[in-house]
Amino acid sequence: MATALSSPTSRIGDPLSRVDGRLKTTGLANYAADFPVEGLTYGVVVSAAITKGRITAIDATAARAAPGVIEIVTHENRPDVVDKDKVWQDMVAPKGSPFRPLGDAEIRFAQQPVALVVADTFEAARHAATLVDIRYEAASHVTDLTEAEAGAYNPKGDGTYSPEKSRSDLANPLGNTKAHVEKVYQEAAHRVSGRYTLAPEHHNPMELFASTAIWKPDGSLFIHDKTQGAQNSATYLAGIFGLKPEQVHVVAPFMGGGFGVGLRPQYQLFLAAIAAKMIERPVKVVMTRQQMFSHQYRPNVIYDIAIAADQAGRLQAIRSDCVGATSRFETFAENIVDWCARGYRCDNIALDYRVAPVDTYTPGSMRAPGAATALNLFEIAMDELAYEVGIDPLELRLVNYTSKDEISGQPFTSKALDKAYAEGAERFGWSKRVHAPRAMTDGRELVGWGMATGVWETLFQAHAVRARLRPDGVLEVATASADIGTGTYTIMTQIASEEMGMPVDRIDAQLGDSTLPKAPVEGGSWGAASIGNALVLACTALKAKLLKAARKIDDSPLANAAIEQVEFVGGQIRVKNDPARAIDLTDLVTTEGGPIEVEETGSPKMLEAAKKARNTHQAVFVEVKVDEQLGQIRVTRVVTAVAAGRIINPKTARSQILGGVVMGIGMALHEETMMDHRLGRFMNHNLAEYHVPAHADIADIDVIFVDEPDHEVNPLGIKGLGEIGIVGTAAAVANAIFHATGVRVRDLPITSDRLL
Amino acid sequence: MNRFAYARPATIADAAQLLARPGAKAIAGGTNIVDLMKEGAETPDLLVDLRRLPLHDIRETDGGGLSLGALVPNADTAYDERVSERFPLLAHAILAGASAQLRNAATNGGNLNQRTRCYYFYDTATPCNKRAPGSGCGAIGGVNRIHAVLGTSEQCIATHPSDMCVALAALDARVKVHGPDGERVIDFGDYHRLPGDDPSKDNTLAAGEIVTAIDLDAFDCGHNWTYLKLRDRLSYAFALVSVAIALRIDGDTIVEARIALGGVAHKPWRVVEAEALLAGKAPDDALFATVADRILAGARGHGDNDFKVELARRVIVRALGQAVAGTPQTIADKRIA
Ligand SMILES: Cc1cc2nc3c(=O)[nH]c(=O)nc-3n(C[C@H](O)[C@H](O)[C@H](O)COP(=O)(O)OP(=O)(O)OC[C@H]3O[C@@H](n4cnc5c(N)ncnc54)[C@H](O)[C@@H]3O)c2cc1C
Ligand code: SF4
Repeated sequence: MATALSSPTSRIGDPLSRVDGRLKTTGLANYAADFPVEGLTYGVVVSAAITKGRITAIDATAARAAPGVIEIVTHENRPDVVDKDKVWQDMVAPKGSPFRPLGDAEIRFAQQPVALVVADTFEAARHAATLVDIRYEAASHVTDLTEAEAGAYNPKGDGTYSPEKSRSDLANPLGNTKAHVEKVYQEAAHRVSGRYTLAPEHHNPMELFASTAIWKPDGSLFIHDKTQGAQNSATYLAGIFGLKPEQVHVVAPFMGGGFGVGLRPQYQLFLAAIAAKMIERPVKVVMTRQQMFSHQYRPNVIYDIAIAADQAGRLQAIRSDCVGATSRFETFAENIVDWCARGYRCDNIALDYRVAPVDTYTPGSMRAPGAATALNLFEIAMDELAYEVGIDPLELRLVNYTSKDEISGQPFTSKALDKAYAEGAERFGWSKRVHAPRAMTDGRELVGWGMATGVWETLFQAHAVRARLRPDGVLEVATASADIGTGTYTIMTQIASEEMGMPVDRIDAQLGDSTLPKAPVEGGSWGAASIGNALVLACTALKAKLLKAARKIDDSPLANAAIEQVEFVGGQIRVKNDPARAIDLTDLVTTEGGPIEVEETGSPKMLEAAKKARNTHQAVFVEVKVDEQLGQIRVTRVVTAVAAGRIINPKTARSQILGGVVMGIGMALHEETMMDHRLGRFMNHNLAEYHVPAHADIADIDVIFVDEPDHEVNPLGIKGLGEIGIVGTAAAVANAIFHATGVRVRDLPITSDRLL
Repeated sequence: MNRFAYARPATIADAAQLLARPGAKAIAGGTNIVDLMKEGAETPDLLVDLRRLPLHDIRETDGGGLSLGALVPNADTAYDERVSERFPLLAHAILAGASAQLRNAATNGGNLNQRTRCYYFYDTATPCNKRAPGSGCGAIGGVNRIHAVLGTSEQCIATHPSDMCVALAALDARVKVHGPDGERVIDFGDYHRLPGDDPSKDNTLAAGEIVTAIDLDAFDCGHNWTYLKLRDRLSYAFALVSVAIALRIDGDTIVEARIALGGVAHKPWRVVEAEALLAGKAPDDALFATVADRILAGARGHGDNDFKVELARRVIVRALGQAVAGTPQTIADKRIA
């Protein structure tokens, strides 16, 4: 992405504005559905009217007769494709047998796609879609988790839940401690226990899922897709259509929000490809907003928590037992129950996690999957415990502070959560808090201050990055990952600029194309760290290659210079202690007669401290004002102190935290997809009735990045920021509401009626 | 969406004639009807675009009243100086609704005639007596957080979702309509109807009739008015419960009270007998509570919306306090006075 702005060089740590900001704000950035394509046709998905059962008859006569209609694809006429589970399992598919769109007559979830109408125009297709007459035989379904709970099973299949690695120094090693934990719990000085729940949430990015499929005369397939992983979509389609991976080219340069819903290919991708194959013309399929509620969602959970502490608030026992929703055809499991046991020191812990199949599409990852669910509920219980013990909620966290992962026993590469607590509390004015609930008021409103802790993983994935100096003097840096709106183009530009000493406007960062060097899906907040470090490797290799080329030039001023003796500054290579001896990089590639390029892969193997825990943390403080009589809750102030290693770009970093915090406020107060269990259907499937925070719901959010130098987490010391902002935020809101009102709500979201 | 014919008549008479055809439907700002057509909840054969009709003005009427043209955008109405000075209750109610973009497109006639937000009404895969008479009511026994607690029937528990109409009800507006047989004027209280045995009809407009204007007589209540709206987020959500209040107060005595509720019934809800309890009385909270109870007599929840009965009671009492104090709820400050 070359910027139009003429610019100096940028360094890691600069608040560089988004290099793609201008394209986005002027409408020049093409999202998946925006690309003009010659001879394009339009596919509209017909969604099932029942939740479970089978299609008994399809009468498409009227639809076929409608003007402009080219084809109506159903399970009856859909060409065969490879049917093995293995090919339908995309890179991040959970265990199970993935859903095949139009695969058979069976209906597995509400709004399942049952036909695709393809026409010359979108309007014609949308009209004909209403004419497809489908008859069903309905079967009974279960969508209520409390009902499904009876059939819950351990996702690992062995009947007991045990975290990946167990602590060996526990008095009662993990695995068979329930009775003992129960005993300790019963005998402890202070106890809190209860059932906590989170409603189903849909990701609802602004951009709808959209794919355009174009089959080329040579039998290859070209795709515009909305995805967090172009190569994931490509290998998925290649497997299904029996093609070689290089025969499928997926392009997805921008994404109008993902939040995890774009990690897996959604059904419009396959539908566009199969229809385009049938009619031998390009087909574009865009979901409706209603259909955005027909696939992945953050699973609702029932989370039973029991915590016991001694007189001083030191944790004595934790029982953490959660049931989450999954589908009947795949097992979507999240890390929920172990977050509490990792983050707090406690010798008696019993963890149990099960999933209960319901008749919906398979739930999926949504911003900080697992941790956001876990800690936004567990941190409410911690607040309850603070009141039970009679100490300040922040004090309770400090009493139980740990500097190692309490399950694996590994120390952290860095953990400045203590600093985050201190700086956040200071900025917020926490010391002025009156402990008792209902003690602070502002006019008619009750004022509440709540806090919570957030933890997320610092992940690292293998990424290949290509760095190529083009004859026009532009440096291309590229990997097949995606910028899902987080600012990846921008930080790649910054890192390359710093490494190569080149101005920002001569750097062209490229992402979102399956033909670029290998990358996994973009998620888990691993992008910045993984791509950043791989990019440094690539730049280092490129520098060596450039110097080698420079030394070979006739009468080269750098003839004998070693790499340590030169520096890359202002688009030149020059000798450090004799800057007059320099070669311009553009001249160099011109002389060379073609681009000079390298490709390097950064892999987890490059991490020095393999045996250490790597996490980001936040300490989040929230003020609410509650009109108790009317149940109106206002979040008037948020201070969050984030410990996330080295910050590459404070501007884009802050935006990530703001987005996470806003989503956390939504989780606390607004977001809920409401299911009619009689029909097995999510009913508020539009953005007028599925509420996310509006501007009026968001007041001041103060983001602090605490200093957290980390030389071990990865060479650049980067930890990632996309998800941590949501973890703990909803709990802090809930805790503030308790502090304001004395009413403890254990079910999210806390809608106003819960306070009446 | 179905295929439909489109007409853009230039005269009210032509429009009325076109709309008298079966399957014809009016479109003004399009912010509601288009959504409904996209979801197949409305399937008109003929869409009659009203925007060429000469109904784009706000006119003075005798005695300081105003006649609001049906095609004047909601935003222009709220920001019209005459409206905001003489009928601040109306201006505030409009601004409490939807978003700036929607209010720019939405028209006064469209606002009156917008349809319910009931989830089932929008989803053609579900039963709904309003959309498909005889198919049953999905909301009864289903997801009904936003539904009515007053004036419901066994057939339908939908609400009319408008904010503007709640103020218009309190202001005793009149709806001017024009049909194939000429013009008639409907008192606001008679414009919308209760679902009864025929939920398919939201109002008393006959086939071929269009709303041409909303007439308001001068009504001076000084600062003793308020529009208080409670919703699931602080802006850009339909009312769970809202109330429009206008009081005429003389010294310590309430002379006249107008109280209309939104979000609780198939039409803006007024109970004149309850209002009469305030006339000639000095304001006090106990009296307000009695009035609220009277307004809510017979109110009943259907599960998810049970809370609305108690919420409505409290909203009425609070809003009466605001109106008496002459401190109307502001739009900008989300803190409730
Ligand atoms: C996301 C969202 C949020 C909203 N939030 C709110 C809110 O908080 N509060 C609120 O009050 N409203 C809200 N609205 C609704 C909005 O106010 C209405 O959609 C709008 O007022 C309708 O006006 P329109 O001109 O666009 O009507 P159209 O969509 O053009 O028409 C609506 C209906 O009125 C009929 N009609 C239009 N004009 C006439 C006429 N002159 N005579 C007879 N019939 C006519 C049409 O046939 C149609 O049935 C919201 C809407 C949306 C989409
Ligand atoms: S409440 Fe009315 S609009 Fe809603 S489903 Fe029932 S009949 Fe239809």
